Amino acid sequence: MSLLGLILLNLRCHAIRTTIGAVGISFGVATMLCVVTLLGGAIRMFERILSSDSELIVFERNVSDLFFSNVPVETVAEFEDLPFVQNAEAVLFGIVSSENNPVITCFGVGPEAARLRDAEWLQGASDRFTNDSERVLLGERAAAFLKVGAGERVPIGRAEFEVAGVIRTANGFEDGGVFMPLPLAQRFFRKEGVASVVMVKLREENQRRQFKDYVQTNHENLTALENEEFSQNYSQFRILKITAWVVGGCAFLLGGLSVANTMIMAVFGRIRELAILRVCGFSRWQIAGLIVGESIVVALLGAVVGILLSRLALGLLKSLPFLQGYVEVHLEPSMIGVVVFLAVLTGMLGALYPAIYGMRIRAANALRFE
Amino acid sequence: MSYENGKIPVLHEVDLEVQRGSLVAICGPSGCGKSTLLHLIAGLDQPTRGQVLHDGQSLHRDRDLTLLLRSRIGLVFQLHNLIADLTLTENCLIPAIAAGLPKGEARLRLARLTTATGLQHRLGNRIQDLSGGERQRTALCRALMNDPQLILADEPTGALDEDSREQVFALLVDLVRSAGRTLIMATHDRSLADRCDRVVEMKDGRILS
Repeated sequence: MSLLGLILLNLRCHAIRTTIGAVGISFGVATMLCVVTLLGGAIRMFERILSSDSELIVFERNVSDLFFSNVPVETVAEFEDLPFVQNAEAVLFGIVSSENNPVITCFGVGPEAARLRDAEWLQGASDRFTNDSERVLLGERAAAFLKVGAGERVPIGRAEFEVAGVIRTANGFEDGGVFMPLPLAQRFFRKEGVASVVMVKLREENQRRQFKDYVQTNHENLTALENEEFSQNYSQFRILKITAWVVGGCAFLLGGLSVANTMIMAVFGRIRELAILRVCGFSRWQIAGLIVGESIVVALLGAVVGILLSRLALGLLKSLPFLQGYVEVHLEPSMIGVVVFLAVLTGMLGALYPAIYGMRIRAANALRFE
Repeated sequence: MSYENGKIPVLHEVDLEVQRGSLVAICGPSGCGKSTLLHLIAGLDQPTRGQVLHDGQSLHRDRDLTLLLRSRIGLVFQLHNLIADLTLTENCLIPAIAAGLPKGEARLRLARLTTATGLQHRLGNRIQDLSGGERQRTALCRALMNDPQLILADEPTGALDEDSREQVFALLVDLVRSAGRTLIMATHDRSLADRCDRVVEMKDGRILS
């Protein structure tokens, strides 16, 4: 039997204590993974909306939210005239409401938009969605909660539009959204002549710098960012990511306190046992190693259970009809790595005080009153 | 040496020299300082004045004391001080873990000791399933696991009935003598003390003879 064997044996002998400690950590891990995965999934979904068949996003400089961005539509033609641009596409984002749904995302797009080209048409036909039409397209989920189909009329805000078709996309935001022809969206949101963003696809990937320099030189109110840069710099994404990690971190902290509490109780309840180990030749560091080792194993056990719990919880959330398309069950290996690392760290920190206490136990005193 | 527990004097000017390979009984009434003397010899406590020498060497550093407890001293207590949640085997292997003894070697020693003490059929039993005599024999096995030269026994038969007391004491003497070990045993039992090479009488923290 080795020190690790003794650690596992002690944990098995005190199964309830081990379970309580591991459950504390597992809830922390599960909460962190769920929150980070859900928000990460939402961010990725939004990123996919922006990066649909494009490499660069042009938007108004220094806006806190893309809904407030105004990019002149003439820039689309201007960018497409550049030799290194393959195509440019204007998109106007807006929030619309219907009777029972106060928030529906609206996309003002051209009929040739990549996101429509890649979608599956469930009802209607693409030729009814034209720039000069007054018809709208609905995502599959939007059609379901608005309870309308192709050819019917749907109230949006104070107006009513004919539904040209219903499409299915892989993106929860788009699937729950309304697509308007860009000119109609501009009129509806009173944003004539502007779009929220212009998405640009280049002929060669290595011409990104060239395009960014062009925008910087010729449009002082606009900025062009690569998709990855945008994800890293967009304040809304940053806020979401930080929120996810802070909320997850707090959950983890609570789990860590549970481990610390469990280990403190474990040491206080085993003073005599630790004294026996001392008189059997255990050094103070071996005693500390035993306590820290037990704590780390409990934390790892909690991490494994927490990962399984989070998969289960995300799977359940994904199956809920109103969340379909919004939840991604895929857990990033890097995130699992971070969680396992945090679990080990939590285990070590949680065992710090108990280990120091355990090292200081005086065997003679502990055994004197046997 | 002398020892005070807080402000209370426990041992006064105690001077004791024990020859290697001898069996020494320390006798005296309860509270006379027998256990404290054993704790000081084991390095579990430090004398207030004076020092304990092992083979002429004084032990001050924590590391030295750990090594002493790990390889040179085996301790046996009146109430055995075994870990109740563990089995006989697991209890006996604790000193081997501390010393980093190879698994095979540790198992070999365990088999030899449990055979010698008649516990070979109890290896997988938890401590609470063992009788008082078996527990004390288990404690003896644990104390001898790392083959120490000095056995310190604090009332090793004090909690046993007459038959078990005889059995455990005979075994203790046999294991100590057969390997040329040294035994220092605190006891109330005069009949056991008289069977040792030397009897040290204590009273009120002093050695009388």
